[in-house]
This record gives sequence, structure tokens and C-alpha cells, in this order.
Amino acid sequence: MANLEIQSLSLQIEDKILCRDLNVQIKENQRWGLLGKNGAGKTTLLHALIGRRPADHGSIQLDGTSVYDLKQRELASKVGILFQQGIEALPATVFETVMLGRHPHTQSLLWDHKKDIDIAEQALAAFDLDQLKERGVDTLSGGEQQRLALAMLLAQTPQLFLLDEPSNHLDVAFQVKLLSVLTNKVAETSASLIMATHDINLAFRFCENIILLLEGGEALVGRSDDVLTEENLSQAYGCPIKSVSSGEHRLFYPA
Amino acid sequence: MIAQRQILLLISLTVFAVASIVFSLLSGSVDITVTQLAQDIFSAEPNLNSQVLQEIRIPRTLAAFVTGGLLALSGAIMQVLLRNPLADPYILGISGGAAVGALSAILLGATGFWLSNAAFAGALFSIFLVFGIANKFGNWSVTRLLLTGVVVSAGWGAVINILLTTSSTNNVQSMLFWLMGDLSQSSVNPAHYLLLLVGLAGGLIVSRSLNVLIRGELLAVSLGVNVQSLRLLLFFSASVFTATAVTIAGSVGFVGLIIPHMLRLVGARDHRILIPSCVLLGGSFLVLADSLARTLIAPQQLPVGVVTAVIGVPAFILILRSTIRK
Repeated sequence: MANLEIQSLSLQIEDKILCRDLNVQIKENQRWGLLGKNGAGKTTLLHALIGRRPADHGSIQLDGTSVYDLKQRELASKVGILFQQGIEALPATVFETVMLGRHPHTQSLLWDHKKDIDIAEQALAAFDLDQLKERGVDTLSGGEQQRLALAMLLAQTPQLFLLDEPSNHLDVAFQVKLLSVLTNKVAETSASLIMATHDINLAFRFCENIILLLEGGEALVGRSDDVLTEENLSQAYGCPIKSVSSGEHRLFYPA
Repeated sequence: MIAQRQILLLISLTVFAVASIVFSLLSGSVDITVTQLAQDIFSAEPNLNSQVLQEIRIPRTLAAFVTGGLLALSGAIMQVLLRNPLADPYILGISGGAAVGALSAILLGATGFWLSNAAFAGALFSIFLVFGIANKFGNWSVTRLLLTGVVVSAGWGAVINILLTTSSTNNVQSMLFWLMGDLSQSSVNPAHYLLLLVGLAGGLIVSRSLNVLIRGELLAVSLGVNVQSLRLLLFFSASVFTATAVTIAGSVGFVGLIIPHMLRLVGARDHRILIPSCVLLGGSFLVLADSLARTLIAPQQLPVGVVTAVIGVPAFILILRSTIRK
């Protein structure tokens, strides 16, 4: 259970304003999509949320404490992030790698507790990697590496999942699988999730809330149904975007 | 997860370390047999054998072990800190500083105590010089640290060449021995053992964090590692280990670079295993190399640094080949 409160946040890189006076409150059981065109500031915003980037103005509070004041380890035990560039393919086994996700929670200096090993194994199984446990990370395909990075995040058991382009390198089947695994996890543990993505359709399908970054630092924040309209998206991406609806599904495409 | 295989590795390395120490104690111009060894070491009545052991071979063997252990430990840490497989204990110019200190001392006719102190002072000066320059502009990045170290190192190299070319032939001989690494003048004191033990314990304490840091700074931060302070700790501890090692034995090459790599190649990638393995294998490797250095062309002695390269290079290539074939 984590409550993230972003208050009048402004972020700026050089003289480019990425967001100005952003207010979002993220509560348990919520799934948020973070959309915006290339360079709109999605990654920067995610990095600010884990305290890696100072806020130019405003505050980011996790359960009432500023993320800049939290101890690194405490923050890491509550907030987990999947980086866009994935994990590095060093010579290490899949299992060694997924165990790193337990780092913020480990109590013992040298020994691995059964509990941590079990959690790591479950995380591997959730992404169908249990057969590859002893394989070297450098022998995995791009998609397998992305799933490993996701399994490591799952093993971290965060209360707030931050995902930067989680569907990178994944085929459609795994894109859907990944999001249903995460959706279940969020529901099971009363966690919450913010997902930065280029895939409007994926965001619409899995996130009930949206932050849509616009040109010039403005942002639209609200329910997916309200924010993801042809007009808003066309404005955000600077190119005409249309949608078709079929039953509960809605599909967006560039016109 | 620490697998059985890795525990087995630690046990074999411990056995190897003991064996290499015994081998070293038995090698030399005075013949001592295994059966006599224990008796001679603890002999209350001084005889030739016990004197040779207590005054020459034991101190030298221990000096070799401590030096090798410190160098391998420092190398492993530098490779994580700089995230560069080519990193070794000397990459940041510490040995260069120590060499300039030592060579200047030789030039002034100093030996023993003063030579060691001059080397240590040179190393310390170099550590703070590199850190000062890399830190000058705030927010020291690994790349800046590496570049600063390499440039300072090159600077020391030039000074060393000046000292070598302007010194008398007599001095040049001892200078070259120092530069290649030589244990014949070495002595260790309790502080050195203590440093190795503290290094081992400290390395084990941060070993989990090292496992994360080697995967990249961003990931380490996101998994709760305080990267800034860990890096400072790694930089200064590896520097002190290196400075101490070169003070004991001059700049013995190769140990700090290849021992961590050899161990990683045979599967000790987890720092909880790698750190103690480095101490054990680094120590035994240098003990063996030094035994050969003083017996191969006896009564002449070779600088141990030459021997480390002569056995190290083929051994490393062999391991590299065999692991690739798998």
C-alpha cells in the first residue's frame, strides 16, 4: 500500500520545461498510464519519482515523506522501477540476476533466506523463465531479457511499480501477459503502478488513469476515458489521431 | 544463491593456499623436509633450519601472501568501481606515485624503512591528487575518475623515466627490481595482516552491494544502494590496499588484474564468494611465484613481478580457452 502525492511539480531540462505545476495523487490499486511524445519527459518524471532527479519546484511525497528525504533502501523497498534500457547482459545467470531484486529486503549479510529464494523463483515462473534459471543472461534474446528485468522488478515486491516502456522487445502475447501479471499483482498486494509507454492502446486497455504530457509543460490528468480522446491525443503527439470502437475496446491509430 | 560448487571452490582455494605456503617454506638453498617443518618452525633451540625458517622464509612467505591478497582484493574492487574489466590496482596511478617516491628514495641512498615510507607517501599523494582533480568539479563520475587516474599515471610514468635515465647504473638496478616488484627486501608487520583482514571483512560486508553495483549505477540506486558513499568507500579502500601492497613489494604486476578474472571465469561471480577467493588465490599465487623467483636460477633471484607474468599469462589463457569451449 503506497500513496504517492505529486504536488505542483515542475521539471526542466536545460531551458526545456517538461512539466509545470503537475498535481497527481496516486492511490493503492490504481494503474496509471504516462503518455506523451518523444522527449516529452516521461522518463525524467519517472526518475524524479525515485529521487534521481531534483524537482525544480514542488514536492513528491511517498506516504507523507518527500522521496528526497527517504533513505535509498527504504525507498527501494517500496518503489521499484523498470528502466527503459533494460538490464545489462553481463555474464551472470538468470537466477543470480532475479535475486538482485531482493536486495532492498535482504536481512542477512551473506546467506540467502528461503523466503527470498521462493519469491525470486515465483517471479521467474510468472514470466515463464523458470526453465531458463541457470542460463547466462548474455545468451538470452531481447524479449527474454526484458522479461527477466520484469521478473527482477516483481521479486522486489514494491508497493509502487514504475515501468518505463515495459512492452519493449515483447511480442503481443507477452505484452498482454506482462500486463495481466502486473495487474493481478497490483490487485493482490494493493499496490499501484505507473507505466510510461508509446503504446496508446496498451495504456487504454490496462490503465484506468492517464497522465498525458503536452507540449510546453502542460499535462492532462484524469480517467482514461476522459483523457484519451482523439482531440487530446492529436494535440499531444502533434499528429492527427483517430479511434475506432468495438464493444469495450477502443483502438487508436494515426490518421 | 551460494551453491555448493562455490563453497567447494572456497575449500579448494584454502587447501591450495596452505599447500603453497608449505611449498614456499620448503623451497630454498637449505633443504628442509615436510616432516621436519613443524618441528623446525616451533623449535625452541635455534638451529640452522629453524633460523632460516623463522628469519627468512616465514616472513617472506607471509609478505608474499599479504601482498598478493591485497592486490587481488584491490583489483576486484577497482573492476567494480570503474566497471571496466581492464581495471587493475594500478590503473589510477597509485603505483606510479609510489614508484616515484621509492625511486627518489633509492636515488638519495635510502633503503628499508625510509624506502617503504617514501613509497607509501608517494602512493598517498597520488591517491589524493587523483581524487582531488576528479572531485574538483563536483559530482565525480566514474569516467572522470578513470581518465584522471590514467593521465596522472602517465605523468608518473614520465617522471619514472626521467629518474631512470639520469641515475647511475647501480641505482638503476635496484630501481628496476622495485618497479618489477620484488619481495627480497620485504617485511610485513601486524598492521599489514590486520589491513588484509579488515579488507576481507569489509569486502564481505559490502559484497551484496557490489553484486548490484556491477550491474550499473541506475539499477543499484533503484535497488537501494547508496552509490555515492559506496563508491567513495571503494575508491579509498582499494587505494589503501594498493598503496600498502606496493609499499611491501614494489609494483608486482598482473596479480590484481588476472586473479579476479580467473575466479569469475571459473564461476565465482558473486562477490560473497569472489572477495574471499581473491584473498586466498591472490595470496597463494604470489607465494608460489615468489618461491619460483628465488629458486629458478638460484643463487640468483628473479624479481617476482617477472614470474607472476610468466605463469600468469599462460594460466589465464588456458582458463579463458577452456571456459569458452564450454
